[in-house]
Order: sequence, then structure tokens, then C-alpha cells
Amino acid sequence: MSIDRRDFLKKLGLGSMVSLGGFGFLKKMGGPEEAIASGATLETADPNKVRWGMVIEMGKCQEGCTDCISVCHLTHNVPDHGNKKDEIKWIWKTGYKHLFTNEAHQYAQDGLPDKPFLTLCNHCDNPPCTRVCPTEATFARPDGIVQMDFHRCIGCRFCMAGCPYGSRSFNWRDPRPNLKEINPNFPTRERGVVEKCNFCTERIDKGERPACVEACKEGVLTFGNLNDPNSEIRQLLAEKRTNQRKPELGTKPSVFYIV
Amino acid sequence: MYNAKIILPVLLVFLGLLTYPLWSQKASAPPVLATPLKGEHCIESKDWMRANHMQLLEQWRHSVVRDQNRDHVATDGQHYNKSLSNTCLDCHQKEQFCDSCHTYASVHPYCWECHFDPKEVNHVH
Amino acid sequence: MIEKALTGNRSYFGWLALLALVAANGVYFYGQQLTYGLGITGMSRDISWGVYIAQFTFMVGVAASAVMLVLPYYIHNYKAFGKIVVLGEFLAVAAVSMCMMFIMVDMGKPMRFLNVMLYPSPHSILFWDATVLNVYLFLNLLCGWVALESEKKGTPPPKWLKPFIYLSIPWAFSIHTVTAFLYAGLPGRHLWLTAIMAPRFLASAFAAGPALLILLALLLRRVAKFDAGDEAIQKLATIVTYGVIANFFFIGLEFFTAYYSGIPSHQHNLDYLFFVLEGHGNLVPFLWTSVVLGFAGMGGLLWPGLRKNERILGLICGAIFISLWIDKGIGLVIGGFIPNPLEEITEYYITWPEFSITLGIWAIGAMILTLLYKIALSVKKAQ
Repeated sequence: MSIDRRDFLKKLGLGSMVSLGGFGFLKKMGGPEEAIASGATLETADPNKVRWGMVIEMGKCQEGCTDCISVCHLTHNVPDHGNKKDEIKWIWKTGYKHLFTNEAHQYAQDGLPDKPFLTLCNHCDNPPCTRVCPTEATFARPDGIVQMDFHRCIGCRFCMAGCPYGSRSFNWRDPRPNLKEINPNFPTRERGVVEKCNFCTERIDKGERPACVEACKEGVLTFGNLNDPNSEIRQLLAEKRTNQRKPELGTKPSVFYIV
Repeated sequence: MYNAKIILPVLLVFLGLLTYPLWSQKASAPPVLATPLKGEHCIESKDWMRANHMQLLEQWRHSVVRDQNRDHVATDGQHYNKSLSNTCLDCHQKEQFCDSCHTYASVHPYCWECHFDPKEVNHVH
Repeated sequence: MIEKALTGNRSYFGWLALLALVAANGVYFYGQQLTYGLGITGMSRDISWGVYIAQFTFMVGVAASAVMLVLPYYIHNYKAFGKIVVLGEFLAVAAVSMCMMFIMVDMGKPMRFLNVMLYPSPHSILFWDATVLNVYLFLNLLCGWVALESEKKGTPPPKWLKPFIYLSIPWAFSIHTVTAFLYAGLPGRHLWLTAIMAPRFLASAFAAGPALLILLALLLRRVAKFDAGDEAIQKLATIVTYGVIANFFFIGLEFFTAYYSGIPSHQHNLDYLFFVLEGHGNLVPFLWTSVVLGFAGMGGLLWPGLRKNERILGLICGAIFISLWIDKGIGLVIGGFIPNPLEEITEYYITWPEFSITLGIWAIGAMILTLLYKIALSVKKAQ
């Protein structure tokens, strides 16, 4: 196919650039060039481009409520295999101390370390998973969403080793028998490929908001364009104190938390 | 040739087995495909679709997944959502249309490992 | 020369039949894995690489160690290795073949393996690893085979082979360096995120590989009446000594950094492997076995005169090989996933199908090695 051919030639060009580029290439491969200023400035923001992000206000989240989780897993045909080994999850809750591994100190607020927090793919600005993928089956879209191409994934699971947030799942077996309900408008997966949260690209591309954001009655999740200074999400980020998970790794997550 | 008496007959039997699928079956007529449940015409002509639907679907999947382009403009200028389940199968029926011809041609596209005919979903369980 | 592999005595064919049986068992379970999916193994969402990738990593080291024969023989003109340099190269061929099989069985979609070349991604270390391993396989097969063919004809190896031989030397270092980069470049995996991962890999490779070669040389003395020569074997033992010392020195450095700095995340994996992490410690007995065997082997090699005794040398090399196999073929890969990035602990239990497939690949590797060694030794004996 002509598409593949074009891609291949592009890559060959990139390959020879690599051998010529020397250290410039290493920087490109290793992370943002402005590593020291990481996260402190908005140097990459181009107001004309969209950069999707999410703020999670955990104070508003009701304990025991799983609306966003069930809607997501229903929308995207995420199976429930009923055991931890084969588990697949796109968005889920786990204790604060597991999300913010360096921050749950010994005198932390009562109950905070074990308080369930929502977690999902961070759609990093500098994603290690796409860097390690040998086929570009996972890649960052121009709007910042880290996307999976299930047609191309070879199931090597390098991205799972590369993700420092544990956001990726693998289809250890056929998911279809363990789907309680099926959404026919979204595909299931084959066994042998990796999957994760896609920020609802199928909805965003139609101008809708992600399913989890729509489903939340408490307004915990704010989704929007991080490049637009007037967007709701930027207003929220400007007003409140927010955290990212593991900012020290330089991955620049696009998911922010108000603890 | 050494041992021609043994080699030649065995070679002939081998060639016979190798070409078995070619001569064993009578050429059967292509199946009659079910007419779509709705829609006046396909996005392109019937002949073009018969020859090129696989390339078209591959281009669609590439541009939807990798280039965020979900809008297909047909030759007649009409716009379509690039979607197997939601556009093609909105009119066509997987079993009576896709499957019956694929079975006849003995091709096994793996589309259906993941994608559905929304009309058939109740049968999946 | 291939026809040399087709003749042999009863025990030669018996051995091949045994290996074929073990391989067939592996193939049977691989068929099951293809049908059901990788869920047939003990791997999970948290331990996403298991014994397959661990074996792959270990075998890359065994493959790289061929350079420890090629380099002294071809660069320093160390004649004593002349008889066995082809054994080193053929060991590399068998080991790289095993690496590729381990990668294939680990893939969720093996039929798509060509995607790595169809969509080349220079930013992915796996792309480079696949490339360097294939070239290394080619180099060793070429250098070993052509040199052997010249030996059969009684002529010196052709001149055009020299560049390939010289290229295979840095290439051996590259395969294990690139394999180390698979791990050493991942943020948030503390056991692996260490700049000395590549030197560690090389050190353990240059101990485990030559130790295996010594064992093979001792074995060939008995079963094939082929004498590698005491000088060559003792020189290999010296290489093993340096390799194993460097290996434990590097592991010691990891311990120092983790425990003296006091940074918990740097200690968790080591805690899990060597002590117990929050009540979990399935691998602790294995890792201490590795330490005990490794130090015993090191002591044996350093004890004056001890390694001159063939039987004791065999024991020493066996101990070192097993020690390094546990360290790299189990601990390093699985330990890197415990705890997971959310600091939760899931343990790994190998399953019978997974074990059978792993054993099957070892059997196929041994079969490749047997056939290649049979050819090499038949040529050498005919001289």
C-alpha cells in the first residue's frame, strides 16, 4: 500500500538523520530539551492548536461511586475477566498513596493515604510508551492524546514496561466471552494487543466530551483544551493548586489532580 | 536420471496432491448477495466497491486511527463517516453480504475479531 | 558440510531424539498458547514480562560471550583458542536463535512480527535490538562456517572474511549493550534505571558464557573424544574469574547506592528479591542460591590450583552458570516488576505450559548446538 511505502521512506529518512544528528538525536529521544524548566512554563502552548487535558477534583468525588468507571468500560467494551491476572482497566480507583508514591508521608492527613483516587492514562506530553513502541502502534496525536492502533500492535508489551503509571492493560485472552454487555459502535479487541484509556477519541472527534466526564454527576472531571487560556480547565488550573503524578520523571502528564 | 522409476511417479503424485484444490472442485457460481436493508446506492459504484473495498477499508482505518480524519468524500461529493460498523453495516448485513462472499472466495479478513454488525450484536452472547 | 550432521552413533541420535521430544512438548503447548492467548502463562497486568523475556535477556549474554574467544584469537593471535573459536561462534548462533524464539513466543501477535521492520521506529530500542541480533546471528554463522570450510580444505580462511570477523567483535558488545538499554531507559522501573546496566550485563555474560563453554569442552572430551586443550580451558577459566568478580562487584554497587542513599523506591525491588517486601518474597530463596553458588564458584576459581582439577572446574563452572542464570534469567526481569509503578505487589507463578515452552526452546537451542558442533568436530577430527 502507498501509505506504508510513504511511512517507510519517511522513517528511512529519519533513520539517516539519527546517524547524522548525534547528540541532538539523543535529546530528542530522551526527553524535552528544556528539561530543567519541566512543567514550570507553557513554552509549548500554541493557542491555535488543541491540547486535551483533564483536571480531577477528588474533593467532589463520592466514595463508592463508580459511574465514570462503568460508563467507560461499557462504552469501550472493556471485559471483566473476574481475576487480577487477566485484568483490563482504563479508569479505576486506587489509594492516594499508590498514585502519589512520594507524597504519602507518615503524618499524612487521616485517611488520605488509603483514600480511593481516580486514575487513568495521563496522556503525557513526553510519553515513554510511544518512545519504546517498536512499531508506532502507540503514538501521540497532534492534540496530545496517546492513541493505540490495535491493527498494528504486535503485543510485545514494551509500552507496559515503559509506562511509569501502570496505565496499560494487555489482552491475555479473548475479551469477548467476558463482556456482559456490548456496545456495537465501538470495537472489541483481539487477544494479544495492549489497550488503555483513549480519552474517548471516538467522541472527541465528533465534538463530544469523554464519556466519563459526561457520566459524573458531581463534576469531578473537567476536560478541555490546555492550550486555550480561556478554557474552563485552564481557569481551574490557574485558580487551584494542582498536582501531577510523578512529575520528576519528565513525562509531563496532561491529567491534573486537586487533592 | 538415477532411480527415475521411483522418482517420476512419486513426483507426479506430489504434483497431483499439490494442485488438488485446483481441479477437485467444479467452478461454482458466485453467491447471490443479499440486497442492503436500506440505502439507495453504495458510496461508490458496485464494481468499484467489489474490486477495491478492502483497500478503501484499510485507508479508512489508517486515517481514522492515525490521522483523526473520519470524513470520507465520495466521488459524487457526498460525505460519509469512515466506519465499518456504523456506515457500511448500517445498510449491509454482515452474514448475508460480507460473510457469504468471503466464504465463497475463501478469504478470512480479521475485521470481525473486533468489529461488529450492530444488527447482530444480540447473537454474540 | 551439512552431511556430517546426518551420521553419528547411537547415542548421538538418541540425544537428538530426546531433545526433539522435549521440543515437541513445547510446540504442543505453544499451539495452545496461540489458541488461548498469553493468559496461559503466569504473566499478568503487573508482571507483563516473565520467564520468556528473562531467558531472552540471559541468552543474549551467552551469545555475546563468543567474543571472548574471537577477540584473543584473531586480535591477539592467541593460538590456544584456535581449536575452539568455532565452538564459541556456533554457541553464539544457537544462543541468538534461542533469543529470537523467546521473543517470538512472548509476542501477543507473532504473525505481525514483520511490523518491526515495516514500520521502523528508530526511537525504540527494541527496533535496534532486533536489528543488531539479526546481524550478529549472520556474522557468527558466516565467520564460523567459512572458517570451518577452509579448515576442511586445509587452507587459511579467505581474506574477505577478516572484516566480518573484526566487525563481530564490537558487535558482540553492541548486542548486550542494546539489550541492557531495553531496561535502562525506562522511567519508573527502579531496578532497571541504572547507568551500569550495560556493564553489568556484559560482566555477567562474560562469566556465564565462557563457563558454559568450559562445561561444553569438558563434555566433548567425554562424549566426542575432542580435546579443546588444557591451556584453552584454563584461559577460559581466567576469563570467567574476571567476569564473575566484575559481576558481583557491580551488584554490590547497586546495593550500596540503594541502601546508603536510603531512597525507598530504589530499595523496593532489591528488598523483594533478597529480603522480603511487605510479606512477599517468592524469589528470595532463588536469589540467595544465586549468591551462594556465585561466591562459591568465585572462591573456587581464586583458590590456588583448585581449578586445575577437571572435575572441580566443572562443578565451579556449573555453579557460576546457575548462579548467573538465576540472577538474570529470573531475578532481573521479574524483580523489576515488583512492586509495580503504583507500588502494589503482584507475584509471578510460572505455569506448566509456559515452563514447557521455555524448556522446548532450550531443547531446540541444544539441538542447533549439537548439530553445529557435530559438523565442526567431524571436520576437525578428519584433519
